[in-house]
Amino acid sequence: MLMEAQKYVWEGAIPLQIHLHESEVTTFPPPPPALILAPRIGYLPLLIGLIKPYFSSALPPGVDTVWFDYKGLPLRWYIPTGVLFDLLCGEPERPWNLTVHFRGYPANILIPCEGEDAVKWSFINSLKEAAYIINGNCKNVMNMSQSDQVELWRSVMNGNLEAYQRVSSKLKLGTVEDEYAIKMNLSSVKSQQGTGETEATGQVKTGRIPIRLYVCSLSEDFDDLEDVPKIDIWDKISFINRPVEIHKEEGKYFTLHDAIKAILPEFFSEKTLMESPSQGGEDKMNFPSEDVSGRKAEEEENVCEVLETSCTSKAEIRLIRIQGIEPKLEIPFSWVVNNLINPDHFLHICVYVKVPNLNTT
Amino acid sequence: MLNKLQSLCGRREKLADRKWRMKIINVCFIFLLNYYCSTIMDISSWDGTISSSDFSLATRTFADKWKRLDHTFPPWSWVACTKQPWVASHEVQGYLSLENICLLGLSEEDHAEGSRTEEETGCSKEEEPIDTATLVQSFGREVHFYDFHIVYSTSYRVPVLYFRAYCSGIMEIEVTYGVSKNECIARKHSNMGGQPLVLDEIEKDLPACSAKVLLESKWTFITLEEHPYLNRPWYKIHPCGTSEWMKLLFLGDSALAKHGVAMKHYLVSWFSVVGQVVGLRIPFEMLNDSN
Repeated sequence: MLMEAQKYVWEGAIPLQIHLHESEVTTFPPPPPALILAPRIGYLPLLIGLIKPYFSSALPPGVDTVWFDYKGLPLRWYIPTGVLFDLLCGEPERPWNLTVHFRGYPANILIPCEGEDAVKWSFINSLKEAAYIINGNCKNVMNMSQSDQVELWRSVMNGNLEAYQRVSSKLKLGTVEDEYAIKMNLSSVKSQQGTGETEATGQVKTGRIPIRLYVCSLSEDFDDLEDVPKIDIWDKISFINRPVEIHKEEGKYFTLHDAIKAILPEFFSEKTLMESPSQGGEDKMNFPSEDVSGRKAEEEENVCEVLETSCTSKAEIRLIRIQGIEPKLEIPFSWVVNNLINPDHFLHICVYVKVPNLNTT
Repeated sequence: MLNKLQSLCGRREKLADRKWRMKIINVCFIFLLNYYCSTIMDISSWDGTISSSDFSLATRTFADKWKRLDHTFPPWSWVACTKQPWVASHEVQGYLSLENICLLGLSEEDHAEGSRTEEETGCSKEEEPIDTATLVQSFGREVHFYDFHIVYSTSYRVPVLYFRAYCSGIMEIEVTYGVSKNECIARKHSNMGGQPLVLDEIEKDLPACSAKVLLESKWTFITLEEHPYLNRPWYKIHPCGTSEWMKLLFLGDSALAKHGVAMKHYLVSWFSVVGQVVGLRIPFEMLNDSN
């Protein structure tokens, strides 16, 4: 089944304006910046082939070891480009101004990237990890035929969702049952997506969902996303790799709120959900598709609502962003998983946390 | 269970003296402690993984045994981390650490002897002054220091060995003492001082069998990844096969098949395999020691 939101995720791209770092400019005038559309689900090193021609004539002699930075922060190439953007641009910046370096790789803080193969294997290892979380082993990924492996990787590089689904379905990483979709089919007339989706729910059900959580803690206060202070070192970001188990309760969705609470319980008190849970089911169900298809996947004009969190804990969650969207917390988590995962089968979630300034006494 | 025991104690109150009663409660307590603290798994249904709470218990058992029975290495120490203060508090936050281990030419004549610590060999100080050419070409004779961390993986639910290697700062001192006045070399060392060695260099320190596997599966055996707590690139022995070979390892032990797998011994067994990949061997006594 081709899910509409997933299609948007795969088509999502970020316009980049890439500047050559001034220390590497040997020509006058300096080369103009390169404008490139970077797929959300892609990785920065995969763009090198496109970028290089813009700058090769301006470079000093030497061997190329390409890396990128944003406002001085060396970018980790193995994090999907869309996630980097969501994480590092509080207020989305378009085009996104990145700096490219061809010399002086900061190997002590950044994992070296040996070309496309390194990116591919980083992806496969991530997929393997996800498979292990879901199935308790990663045999299906490890036993993938050479041709499937090539096709899978090519589909990710080219953003070809259909080809991806053809190969990845063999990996039996059965997505979770989509409670949202089932409800839709039962309660309303068949959705306009058409004929292909009737056998949708027949997949293997698994309880554990692979999640990578990026928690950015900011001590300065900000009211508006435009005022989010820049992130200049990676130490401001905590990477949390924690599978979440979907618990089902009779008559209730396991929501995104429940999932995040399972990983970051400290932020949630008993009375957390900001909208009352008695809100009409109709509204809730309409929300996801409206949010994603109504506007492009990475448009997020809405200034984040201040998420109401625990009054007792001093730190609070200010923003949760997945694939460029700031989803409401009461969305069924199964919908989020089925639609917003990356091709490595991880759900990458960016969280901004406001921590109290320790200097104030 | 405790209730049952207490009622038992109650019935005998008149007969037994206070001491006896205390003893019963004590035994009961120890039993419960053992029961809850060290899970025993039935080998036939066990999947080779370890829970995060069992992991932290197993690290203690492992570090204690190591300290008691291995005298060639400094002890492992537990590094508690508060870097992720919001994570569910029942999760392990920290890792076992063994640092500044000098692995000197393991793949050559020292192989049988294993590795030695810095204090023991004083290797760096005895190193002969060497000229440019040999220094650059024979990395195997250079002094490499290794840091090892054992970190729990919540994805794979097994321990993972992280390590990094670097040329010690001592080498730089040698340079400044005028072992070589060649500027080029001096620069080379100062470059390497704070930086991790690359895998090609580490490979020469590894036992021959590891080097072979490394050659065959470049991307999946030893990988360079972000250290989960330190935010820096570290090598790790990829954990995707760990649960499977741990199960095989335990299946081969008939005593375990009978009595179940005591999870507190998990780390000792695990390290007996993983340690060898990097040339760290544990003494046999550690495997047989049942304390």
